Amino acid sequence: MALLEINNIEVYYGVIKALKGVSLEVNEGEIVALIGANGAGKSTTMKAVMGLIKVKEGSITYNSKRIDKLKTHEIVKMGLTLVPEGRRIFQELTVYENLMMGAYTIKSQEKIKEDIKEIFSLFPRLEERKNQIAGTLSGGEQQMLAISRALMSHPKMMLLDEPSMGLSPILVDEVFGIIKKIHENGTTIFIVEQNAEKALSIADKAYVLETGNVILSGTGKELKSNDSVRKAYLGG
Amino acid sequence: MLDFIVTFINGLSLGGIYAMIALGYTMVYGIAKMLNFAHGDIIMVSGYILIVFMGITGNIPLSILISIFFAGMFGVLMEKSAYMPLRGASPLAVLITAIGVSYLLQSVAQMIFGSAPKYVVIANLGSVNLFGLSIQLYKIITLAVTIVIMVVLSLFIKFSKTGRAMIAVSEDRGASGLMGIDSNKIISITFLIGAMLASVACTLYFLLTPNINPTFGAKPGIKAFTAAVIGGIGSIPGAMIGGIFLGIIECFSNSIPVLSPYTDAIEFLILIILLLVRPTGILGKKRKEKV
Repeated sequence: MALLEINNIEVYYGVIKALKGVSLEVNEGEIVALIGANGAGKSTTMKAVMGLIKVKEGSITYNSKRIDKLKTHEIVKMGLTLVPEGRRIFQELTVYENLMMGAYTIKSQEKIKEDIKEIFSLFPRLEERKNQIAGTLSGGEQQMLAISRALMSHPKMMLLDEPSMGLSPILVDEVFGIIKKIHENGTTIFIVEQNAEKALSIADKAYVLETGNVILSGTGKELKSNDSVRKAYLGG
Repeated sequence: MLDFIVTFINGLSLGGIYAMIALGYTMVYGIAKMLNFAHGDIIMVSGYILIVFMGITGNIPLSILISIFFAGMFGVLMEKSAYMPLRGASPLAVLITAIGVSYLLQSVAQMIFGSAPKYVVIANLGSVNLFGLSIQLYKIITLAVTIVIMVVLSLFIKFSKTGRAMIAVSEDRGASGLMGIDSNKIISITFLIGAMLASVACTLYFLLTPNINPTFGAKPGIKAFTAAVIGGIGSIPGAMIGGIFLGIIECFSNSIPVLSPYTDAIEFLILIILLLVRPTGILGKKRKEKV
């Protein structure tokens, strides 16, 4: 059974149906990408998984447990986490305090200290800026902080919503390098991207979403060579 | 010069009471994103609880502690019953509900205790001589209590896990949920702290004016709300500064015979001018609208 199973979910914004029966699966240890144009429902799918928006029909199971009626903080405690679109770091807190917030569910202070050390070895720039107010970081640094903050909760599975948004090509490479590293350390990755090229190149499996429906799925390679995907998302 | 110092101390002490109530407004606004117009009435409820328990136990310090405890519980009950069901509703609906809760509390208090004022004597404290100045002891006590509470609260917010979670929820409720923070719990804790502070303020206010009636909370409530807005609503240090500032203005205005009839008008005039010059208050930040 897959680690995360989304079964025919429907989500509404008011009267507008944003997801019209989306189904997908993420197996343990995989990198799964969800690609599609603006407004296709990619972020909505992520929000639905994390309980940030109500699922009207269908079900979501994680680790064989229904999670679609749970609150966000309960889902986080089960080992899922989301690096949200636009990063949403706590602007008024310092870098260090942001990481501490990420460790909110961890009880052991020693473990938190060790984790922060590990994060700092992975992101030396965050260590340099650890007492800086997070709102003053550059976009790339904020994205690193958002990913680090999510790692602090020791997630079994990490959802990333548009991690490349607003970043320069070099930084995009860096972020994807980090995502691969996190994956190698045993975290299952479910990523939403507009940068389909990048996402498909690291994904084991990918789904293409169009106006609230999954229209295609396959391995990253298959989709990369698929004609309609190439035309629509990879610039021919 | 001596008069000046005495008036200044009076202002600090009254301002401390305002600040303590203003903290309740500002914390609830910052974290739950709502104006709890019934906050002033928690002062009144706490006052009646204090009277009832003074009657039962005859022990004043114990009754004060009991009133703080029950006022805190009452704040949580208010939030759970009236405001929590409206989470996600329009701000106007929440605001009108808060006004409704305020009237409800005043009416219930009137039914139980009648509308005539009740006389409450907590303590008959004398004056002390400090550097040749005769200062009433209750003012010094008020000031000391205020300072201790503010220091403890600031440390709590800055360094405790719950305190930091409060900052996180106030900044971004959705993102704080992703950290595993239960925002409903944090909002309840905020109401608990706010109501307990209001209760402490109530006890101190009794030292100043030993009378209570069902609309007892309205005046300090509206003054403290003004203080919170002057300081920058949502900002905790702002509420402290705004409260002290307003207390000092009030005492100086009252000490000048020509101005004293117009004290309330002067205070609100200052509010209006300040809002024209600096709409966010002294320490308030501009809210970024999130899409």
